[in-house]
Amino acid sequence: MTFISRRDLLKGVAVAPFTAPVARAFQARGSRSTDSLALQPLENLTASEMDILEAIVARLIPTDENGPGAREARAAHYIDRALGSALASSRQAYTAGLAAVDQYARSSRGVQFTALSPADQDALLTDIEKGTAAGFTGSSTAFFNLVLSHTHQGTFGDPHYGGNAHFIGWDLIAYPGVRTMVSGGDQKRLEANDLKPNHKSAYDYDGFTKTSGD
Amino acid sequence: MATRLKDADVVIVGLGAAGGVAALPLAQAGMDVVGLEAGTWLTKRDFAPDELRNNVRGWPQGVQKANQEIPTSRATASAPMAPRPSLHPMQNAVGGTSLHYWAQSWRLNPWDFKVVSETKRRYGASRIPAGSTVEDWPFGLDELEPSYDRVEHEVGVSGQAGNIGGTIDPHGNPFEGPRKRGYPMPPLRGTEFLEKMATAARSLGWHPFPGPAAINSRPYQNRSGCMYHGFCNRGGCHVDAKNSTMVTTIPRAQATGHLKVVQRAHATTIEVDAKGRVTGVNYLTDGVEYFQPAKAVLVAGFTYENVRLLLLSTSKAFPHGLANNRGQVGRHYFSHHQGAGVTALFPFDLKAWYGLPAQGFAVDDWADDNFDHANVDFIGGGNLWVYSDRRPIAAAGMSTFGRAPNWGSAWKAFIKANADRSNTSYIQKTTLPYEDNYLDLDPVVKDPLGYPVCRITGEYKDNERKIAAFTQEKMEQWYREAGAIAVQRAPVGGPMGVSTHAYGGTRMGDNPETNVVDRWGFAHEAPNLGVLGASVMGTSGARNPTLTVQALAWRTAEHLLKDWKRRT
Repeated sequence: MTFISRRDLLKGVAVAPFTAPVARAFQARGSRSTDSLALQPLENLTASEMDILEAIVARLIPTDENGPGAREARAAHYIDRALGSALASSRQAYTAGLAAVDQYARSSRGVQFTALSPADQDALLTDIEKGTAAGFTGSSTAFFNLVLSHTHQGTFGDPHYGGNAHFIGWDLIAYPGVRTMVSGGDQKRLEANDLKPNHKSAYDYDGFTKTSGD
Repeated sequence: MATRLKDADVVIVGLGAAGGVAALPLAQAGMDVVGLEAGTWLTKRDFAPDELRNNVRGWPQGVQKANQEIPTSRATASAPMAPRPSLHPMQNAVGGTSLHYWAQSWRLNPWDFKVVSETKRRYGASRIPAGSTVEDWPFGLDELEPSYDRVEHEVGVSGQAGNIGGTIDPHGNPFEGPRKRGYPMPPLRGTEFLEKMATAARSLGWHPFPGPAAINSRPYQNRSGCMYHGFCNRGGCHVDAKNSTMVTTIPRAQATGHLKVVQRAHATTIEVDAKGRVTGVNYLTDGVEYFQPAKAVLVAGFTYENVRLLLLSTSKAFPHGLANNRGQVGRHYFSHHQGAGVTALFPFDLKAWYGLPAQGFAVDDWADDNFDHANVDFIGGGNLWVYSDRRPIAAAGMSTFGRAPNWGSAWKAFIKANADRSNTSYIQKTTLPYEDNYLDLDPVVKDPLGYPVCRITGEYKDNERKIAAFTQEKMEQWYREAGAIAVQRAPVGGPMGVSTHAYGGTRMGDNPETNVVDRWGFAHEAPNLGVLGASVMGTSGARNPTLTVQALAWRTAEHLLKDWKRRT
């Protein structure tokens, strides 16, 4: 029994035999989790809230000479989905915080946050990070840190959860990918810069899913 | 009215690292054992390599009992309550936290058993820190060695011995106490970076060695060797190569036909008769009350839960909590000073994506009494541990060492270049018990059933802070020797929050005035009540507690068998 993925089997990749007496393999189905991302219904945030959040995450991890950022990774989509489940306790903080961001833009610059130039958006976000922005209930720094932490989750977390689209986050930091078996040879290849990113979600391996498959 | 169940010989409360081990010798001897476990069985299909679910969200698939009973904490009796974490570090499941722990499996060093007498002998009584209630253990390493040996082989530990029968092997830890034989498996494999660190330590004249782990370095007991996939830290093993009690001692105990595992059993109180002997355990499943009678009870929750369960079990014989007529339950509490870590930035990639925290090199030269303390103003020390462990979300959260902001294009350029270039060491340090550090029941905060949660009152004292500063200096020296271009030190000392390494509260010792359990792990005040877990440990050593907890659990179970007639 090996932990070779179906995708690798099709490619005929040779894998060192492991004498693993385990019940079933964790075979990958291919990168299903990154398909069909064109449609992104809003599950929890309002359309206007989402506009502001999209603009914020695009400044936290911008699209620039180092490639696509949090917008392309769909970090805001991750957050929107998670606010209905694992991050539900943060829903109210987003309602209040996003409104305060927009209000701060209007009071300090006279326009809504999304209408500001990237440089102006950065300046406002810096105020919010430092806690000097007016109009927040409680600490604007806490709201900034909350959004930054969730943006990391949505950019560098498993794509199954709706972010890290097209493995943008993992490619940015050169993470070689979720594997269920890393042999000594694989480690040597990694050390020789010869282990290519495999672009798989944990749930591309059948062993971790509940359904019987396609 | 609780449903009274069929009598058992022994009921174990909690089937984690400790209870799961104790069940085996008892079941093998033919005792009818009931294991009450708040969590459920999980399987390797539940152990996905998913950082969001395991590390960020804290195992939502598990029963959330622990998360609903997170202790409160405060630095001192007059300090305000500290913010409560949202997740408990421990897990409810068959196998408990041994499912997702780092699995470092150390024996304590000889000094850890004799801190008081050895300090007095070598440096004088004045060197025992003021206010500390530390005592020698009632026995030395030599007496626990057979239990360590047994558990290392029953559970399966990989590692490199450093001292077999007094013969030092320089590939292992030259400071460890004598062992009868080597580990059942060789150490986990290294990496280029870990080897570089080992070479640097040797060039400093230190003695690096690969650490011991309850993880298969090769197939063992018909289970797979480690796959090094990088999600071991707070992750369960998808090939059962991590030797949790779920895949080792518990199924073997079940196979005897003498262990009944009761899942989703939420223990509430222990019953006592008029003579002060325990008679069984009350528990709830889905809100329905049951009473499991037994001739002996082994309490095997985590430290906070052991103490809380005793304090909640009041009776005519024990008005202030079970086995607490001398007021010792909750005393002598301390948690490892695990903080005060050191993080380094290197000018090259460490290729650390596919490691595990138990895979690494330790330096014990600055731990315990392994160096002369005549010219320092503390006792004890720290074990320096470098390991290979990295996951994407955590990597993105790395320190920027003052070289970049935390967001924006400059951050993005920094993280692209450096995500695989930092290493954080784990320095476990001697921590002592003190008069004013303790556990009790919170007077205000309750769990959803209305029972008070455990309250921690504790802070690290001078001795701990001095060790921390001393070991940080050594660690920085080690990183610099290996080529680090920047080094950061985390803050030293502070309040004791909720910890994975929580000791004391039901301390073991011969003197019933200062200890809850005797040298065998049974309550001085209730002879058929045993306590398993680090709550019985009176010193921490400078290394992870689990193997010691398991060796003590095995020893307590064996003693119960030998002393059955007198105890029950």
